[in-house]
Parts: sequence; structure tokens; C-alpha cells
Amino acid sequence: MQIYLPIADLPVNVFVILAMGLAVGFISGMFGIGGGFLMTPLLIFLGISPAVAVASVTTHIAASSMSGAISYWHRRAIDLALAFMLLAGGIIGTAFGVWFFTMLRAIGQLDITIGISYVLLLGIVGALMVAESVRAIIRARQGKPVELRRPGSHTWIHGLPLKLRFKRSRIYVSAIPVWGIGFIIGFVGAVMGIGGGFLLVPMLIYVLRVPTATVIGTSMVLTLVTMASATVMHAAVNHLVDALLACFLMVGGVIGAQFGARAGQKMSGERLRLLLGLLVLAVGIRFAISLVLPPETLYSIRALEGEL
Amino acid sequence: MTRASLVAIAAADGALIASAVPAAGERLVASLSNHRVMITSNFVGEELVLFGGIEQDAASRPRRAGYDIIVTVSGPPQMMVTFRKERILGFWVNADSRVLENAPAYLAVLSNRPLDAITNTETLRRLQLGLDNIPLLQRASVNIADAASDDPFRVAFIKIKSEQGLYREASNGVTFLAPALFRASIPLPAEVPVGTYEVDVRLFADGVQIARTPAPFEVYKSGFEQVVTAAAREHGVLYGLATAMMAIATGWFASVVFRRD
Repeated sequence: MQIYLPIADLPVNVFVILAMGLAVGFISGMFGIGGGFLMTPLLIFLGISPAVAVASVTTHIAASSMSGAISYWHRRAIDLALAFMLLAGGIIGTAFGVWFFTMLRAIGQLDITIGISYVLLLGIVGALMVAESVRAIIRARQGKPVELRRPGSHTWIHGLPLKLRFKRSRIYVSAIPVWGIGFIIGFVGAVMGIGGGFLLVPMLIYVLRVPTATVIGTSMVLTLVTMASATVMHAAVNHLVDALLACFLMVGGVIGAQFGARAGQKMSGERLRLLLGLLVLAVGIRFAISLVLPPETLYSIRALEGEL
Repeated sequence: MTRASLVAIAAADGALIASAVPAAGERLVASLSNHRVMITSNFVGEELVLFGGIEQDAASRPRRAGYDIIVTVSGPPQMMVTFRKERILGFWVNADSRVLENAPAYLAVLSNRPLDAITNTETLRRLQLGLDNIPLLQRASVNIADAASDDPFRVAFIKIKSEQGLYREASNGVTFLAPALFRASIPLPAEVPVGTYEVDVRLFADGVQIARTPAPFEVYKSGFEQVVTAAAREHGVLYGLATAMMAIATGWFASVVFRRD
């Protein structure tokens, strides 16, 4: 069934959009990530302009993370205090990210910066997660107890002042690294056009030692707030949010997120981290291949919509 | 070539045509099957039909080779950019680009036989007929120029637009139903942008243009599509808030529906 999208200005098959929403929603519910780094390329592949794709995906992610966040809320797996502290750093990071984005575009280095940072970020994060979770799984197989709090885990980060107790997560850390992580997520998200969930989850686990149980729910609350406000900003500034496209994506997305959240809770933390690591690594390698191999066509065209 | 010199040449051309071609007896009339193409939620493209007739009067001379028709349909102008990838530090990235200030969003050059069979290349170039001769002003940094027809950026732009079905040159696009009656079909793919489309019908005989007539049409959105577009453009903040609320409501609704415990 074909339907014409009013803002994207082209007809699409409703069932293809629903299926894409379902698949990406499942992954986002399972890992507590937005899934924007998967959905945006899929929409561009369908012929939707990158600007409309990025703007409409934010709405879809807001819906998926709302649905997922409620599920985690019922399971008491959300640390609201931690989410708000992260958000405080995130807002400042987003502002710096937008400034950096504008500067890169002005000096004409945007494309290469985005391309290389995608490969480096996804590659390094994915490889680290895969390596760590494989070690953890091997340890568990050998019958050794899983070391949730290793003896050496009290690094210099835990020596910082302004300590706060986050009850739900059972951690006692300085507010400075929490703000710092929020800042990095906001900055990277604005520059690279991603929600940053796949970065936030490992950072919370490895830097702050947040237990896997509360990590995903907390990350979803953060994603919900940033993506809902991004929707309003994209709509107000660029008029590029396609409500009809977002509607079909989110109907598939919320259903997928429900099943994903259930599948995620059944799996052990190590296995979940291994799967997410492999996914991130795969997307990173896919980006690296497209950057390194000679492209099929050297040329591409794009409409300038009120830019310059 | 700069913009100013282009204008000068165009003006000189006008004078040349006026003096070289005496007032011919033929008159050209053309009409479209539909002057207002409506985009609704089930729009998947449309084919417009242009009918035209050639009226002769006492002054008309018999045309040995018959008549030829060239129809040029051009959509609303868009600002476009063409990128070229280059290898930098081992990575293929968009390095060089050209901005096209006024590229028609849609372009169809339809004729009853190949353009170079209708008239000579010099005339085609002068009258800007055919994809090779359409003016596309390119801007690389500060210079604005109409690139030569073999400029790689220009060639690539036309090739990509042709692959999208938005640019085409069809030497079988015009059919003569009778010696003085013709029909042209204008295929509009689903991706056509809204706006005013200029249709320029030119009558040729013995390689010379003897008459010309316009037949513009409009592509516009209607119903639900129009309401959404207008809301997004005119009330951006409200539209954004409504969309965000829709997302939150959908997420909440799904969690209620799926709640098992």
C-alpha cells in the first residue's frame, strides 16, 4: 500500500515503514539505545532526504524510548536522579556540539570529520564491548564468580569531590564524571546526528560502574527527553519533521520496543553487551568499508534547503 | 562565460532570429489534459498529455520535410549542490562541490525525432534546447558560470537527475496524429516537487523555428497533505509540540496495551 508523505514529498510503502519501525524498535528496546544510527541510513536508502530522515527519526526514537521507559519504570529499573544529572551535562554538550558543527561546515571539513569519527567511535566502542563481554562470558563458563565490583575498580574517578549517592543504582560517585558523560553524549549527538545511546550505555557501565539492571532504563529516560526536545527544535527551525512518516515508524517502533525490552530482560548482562558490541562493530565496519572502498559513483547531488 | 556576456549573446540571438526569419503563416495552438496536478495521499505520479495543432493560412508555404515539434517542460527552480568524492587520508569523502543556483527540479525535452535531425547543433545551442544545452549556472566558491556541456559536474548532475526520472530527453515523446496535429505525453514521477511548470512548445520546419507557444501547469498538494505541509511551515513550534506529544502518547499507549503484569 503506497502512501504519499507530505513533508518528505514522495510515496512509500506503508508496510515497509512499519516493518522497519518494528525491527529497529526491537533492537532499541533490547539494548536501551535509540537506534537512530540504524534507522536514519535505512530511510535514506528508501530515497528520503537525509535532513527529513534525521528530523523524523528523532520523533520515532522519542516514542520507542517512552514505551521502553515505562516498561523499565514498572520493573523499578530507572535511576531518575542519575538521568537528570546526565541531562544537565547533556544540554551544555549539545550547545557546544551545534557550535562545533557550524564551525566545521564553515571551514568545509564536515564530511570527512563525520565519516572518520563514525568509524573510530563505532569501531573502538564496539571492539571494547565485544572484548570485555567475551572475557566476562569465558570467566563465567570457567565457573569463576562474576566480578561486578573488581578490587581495582576504584580509580581516580572515585576520588573526585562533589560525591552523590544514586540510590536506585547503588553507586556513590562524584557529580563531575556524570556531568562529563552527559556533556560528551550531548556534544557527539549534535555533531554526528545520533542519540548517543550506544555510547552512553557502555560509559555508564565501565566508567561509573552503574549496574546493568538500571543502565538501560536510565539511558531510555535520557533518550526520551533529548529526542522529544529535538523533535520540537527540528520542527520549529527547519520544518523538516514528517509527522506521517514518524507516525508509521513509531507504531512499528513501540510494538518492537515492547518485545525487545522483554527479550533483553531474559538475557544475561554479558550476553547483552556482547550482542550490542557486535552490532555497533558491524555498523562501524560497514562505514569503514564504504569510506575506504572506491565508490560506485563519485558524484552525488543534494537540494540546499535554505542553507548557506 | 559570465552572466553578463550570456545575456548579451541571448539579446544578439533575438535580433538575429527576428531578422532572419520572416513572419511565417503558421500558428501553433497547444493545450494540456490537466492544468492543475493535485498531490493527494495516494499520488504515485501522473502522465499529462499535451495536444497541439498547427494552423495554416494563405501565407503558409508548403513544407517539404513536414513539421517538427520540440516541447521543453521545466519545473520550479531549485538550489542544488553536486558533490564529488575524493580520496583523502585513504578515505573517500565529498571533497569538491558545485552549487547550482537555479536548476529546474524537473526537465523534459520531448520531440518527434532526434533533436539533431530537426535542426543543426548551432541552433539547438542558441535556443537552449536539449539536456546538453540547458543553462545550468554553477558556482564554485565565488565564480558563477554556465559550465561547458562536457563539464564533469554538469554531466554527473544531469545523469543523476535522469536516473531519478526527473530529467529526460525523449525523441519519441511527440507523436504526429495527422500532418498538422500532434500529441506529447509528459510523465510526472511521484517525486515531482510542487510549483509552476513551464511548457514551451516550439514548431520547426526545414530546420528553422517558425512558431512558439507556452502551456504552463501547476503541481500542488491538496487535502490532508496540504494541511500537514501548511501546519509544518506556518506553525513550526506547535506542529513540533503536537508531533512530540503524539510520540509520547503512542509510547504510553503501547505500554498499556502490552502490559502483562
